[in-house]
Amino acid sequence: MLDIAVAYNRYKFLGNEFLTWLWFMIETDQSSFRQHDPDLVSLTVGNRLVLENTHNNAKETVTIKGDNASLEEGLVALTKGATVTEIHLSYKTGAQTWKFSLKGESLNISNLKLPETGPVETPDDIEGVVLEKVYLIEKLIGLVNNLFSHFIHLRVSDTWQNQTMSKIKKWATSN
Amino acid sequence: MGLLSSRMSITRYQVTGQLDGSVHETVYQGLKQHAIPKIEDDGAEASVGWTSFETPYAPDFEGYSFVFGTDMVFALRIDKKSIPPKLIQKHYALYVAKRLADTGRHYLSGNEKKSIKDHVVNTLVQRIPATPNVYDLVWKYDTASLWFFSNLKAANEALETLFIKSFNLPLIRLFPYTTADRMAGLSDKERDVLRKLEKNRPEE
Repeated sequence: MLDIAVAYNRYKFLGNEFLTWLWFMIETDQSSFRQHDPDLVSLTVGNRLVLENTHNNAKETVTIKGDNASLEEGLVALTKGATVTEIHLSYKTGAQTWKFSLKGESLNISNLKLPETGPVETPDDIEGVVLEKVYLIEKLIGLVNNLFSHFIHLRVSDTWQNQTMSKIKKWATSN
Repeated sequence: MGLLSSRMSITRYQVTGQLDGSVHETVYQGLKQHAIPKIEDDGAEASVGWTSFETPYAPDFEGYSFVFGTDMVFALRIDKKSIPPKLIQKHYALYVAKRLADTGRHYLSGNEKKSIKDHVVNTLVQRIPATPNVYDLVWKYDTASLWFFSNLKAANEALETLFIKSFNLPLIRLFPYTTADRMAGLSDKERDVLRKLEKNRPEE
């Protein structure tokens, strides 16, 4: 077992590659996500995308913000070798929407806005609302875990080197 | 930002190992033993302990009130005294001026200045109330997972330390490597490949 701090720093690139792959999949093959969550209606990039390029010991960061921001600059950064370090996502199932950010290096979830839950008007309401929120969080974490698990199986396979990387490159340059 | 907030941050953990005996009773004892003190220690700059989710300013775990359905929900509270630097500066200047006037000298030695600064900080710590910060957590014992509702480094470190002290169970933070290694169901062969992975670039 690797030391935790060493493992965090040495493999944080995996989280950034995961987010890069996720963006590529969102744009090119979103329907395949339904195998990980049959309730999924859509998973879209929200209002923030951060990319970083650390090529040749220099760090370049591209941040795209705004509800309807064009992601072209991000695609250009990808073609230069950048990876996504943070992504804001919107996940929809039927009438429910989750909005949240994922950080590549930690896989931490931040800025999470859950679908509407019942109001807490009396102390008796708390337990019901807690259970509802726990269910909604579990659903989101289940999706993230399943997507990451799919990615990591792909990443340790030959398919990543032989096919996926060239597909991502082709997608980034053709847009 | 907690479980009932409109926006929340979550750090995910895997809980390794199992509790001996009754889960709820063991957790209750751990929470009670390491609860945040009800009476503030005037001299302490910070205190860290467990508190209850519903009444974070009056910790109460009686009747297993931390059990919600199949999960356990409680909170970490960190009470910290923050003395504004300008306040230290002001009291330090006043104290130095008084010492110079009392002794009739024109300057103080380095040791005297340090001793005055320590005294000022200690005096202010006694007078300033601690600011409480409450971070909720959900412990899903059945699946050995725990969600901590903060991404702050100091709060996460405090959680990891207090958790093992209270329940004798280590927490493994789930970041890319640990999630891949422990949660993705990789075979031994795939795990070997994972350990040898190096950063790739789409253009290479």
